[in-house]
Amino acid sequence: MPAKIQYRDQIFDVRSGMTVRAALQKLEISPESVLATRKSELITDDEILQDDDHVRLIPVISGGQR
Amino acid sequence: MKCRKCGRKAVINMRQHKLALCAQDFLTWFVKQTERTIHRDALFEQGSNVLVAVSGGKDSLALWHVLQQLGYPCNGLYIGLGIDDGSAYSDRSRACAQQFADQHGMNLKVVDVAASHGATIPEAAQVTRRGAGKPCSVCGLTRRYLMNRAALEGGYDVLVTGHNLDDEAATLMGNTMNWLVGYLESQAPLLPEKPGFVRKAKPFHRFYERETAAYALLRGIDYIQEECPYSADAKSIYYKKVLNQIETDRPGAKQAFYLSFLQARDQIQFTGSGERGPLPDARCSTCGQPTRGGRQCAFCSTWQNVRARNKPLEPGR
Ligand code: SF4
Ligand SMILES: [Zn+2]
Ligand SMILES: [Zn+2]
Repeated sequence: MPAKIQYRDQIFDVRSGMTVRAALQKLEISPESVLATRKSELITDDEILQDDDHVRLIPVISGGQR
Repeated sequence: MKCRKCGRKAVINMRQHKLALCAQDFLTWFVKQTERTIHRDALFEQGSNVLVAVSGGKDSLALWHVLQQLGYPCNGLYIGLGIDDGSAYSDRSRACAQQFADQHGMNLKVVDVAASHGATIPEAAQVTRRGAGKPCSVCGLTRRYLMNRAALEGGYDVLVTGHNLDDEAATLMGNTMNWLVGYLESQAPLLPEKPGFVRKAKPFHRFYERETAAYALLRGIDYIQEECPYSADAKSIYYKKVLNQIETDRPGAKQAFYLSFLQARDQIQFTGSGERGPLPDARCSTCGQPTRGGRQCAFCSTWQNVRARNKPLEPGR
């Protein structure tokens, strides 16, 4: 059972057993540009993905001026 | 990964500080760091009357929240830009700002550009030289002017914005890639007050964008996550991505790029062409704001132009 990583409206299947950070790098998503959450809880990117995990990434980069 | 303070499970790891913290300790740290920045950079004094420029995004709402925690009397200011093409961006960002204000018993002042000046930002951009379909220039000019005026009229000591380190580093990269000396001169976390201009400060300028987002998230602040539809090809986003690539390989590089600029700028002799330069003694013939060159300030001449050109158009065109 792969773990799932959701980023904006895309969902990627990734192998369980690797860290969130490794998965992000594989997906070419900068770990600096997102926060990872699981069950709405913030997690650090050294967490190891378990089977059936669903990790939702929250983009943190905003553009323009504020 | 464990929280450095209490040993419980960490929720965020800040590589540039070699600091991992749990939710509770992160929230405490974040508020304390803001206070430290306010003092260290002499942004404003305890008891200052603060006006927070609120966009409905994570940074400005987090800033408003933190300043309230720190006990500063602060009101929010929202500028309604009328950016509503399909996504209702302005309406929704305003709703986030208003909801936050209501939930926290805070006071939000709303200035609607179309109601007070006769055209939305996209409409204004259509009819001015500054715009040509890309409204960011008119938008920036208008927001800066209206925020300054609201702060002066409201008798505030300081106007604060939610700019974070990523914003500042991206701006810095843009300014150095093109060696925009005037902009480099005026890029600072603090612009002191001068006649016609309120003091402006950026209390979050030392935080990474991830940190302000984490604060908003952990506090359960409901902010607008979508971007203004016109920001899609903004250079700032491109520069942020590049900086984050560097940061991933070299933790702390983004912070060093920006903070060492702040140190270096004190050693650089600027000629005073930027916003920090001497005040022009001419005044705008319409609003009285000190201005360089022509008879009207850029805001008044732009909007006079907009109203003149906008008239013959049918509403809703
Ligand atoms: S991206 Fe949107 S909000 Fe930002 S300056 Fe441009 S028009 Fe204004
Ligand atoms: Zn802790
Ligand atoms: Zn004027």
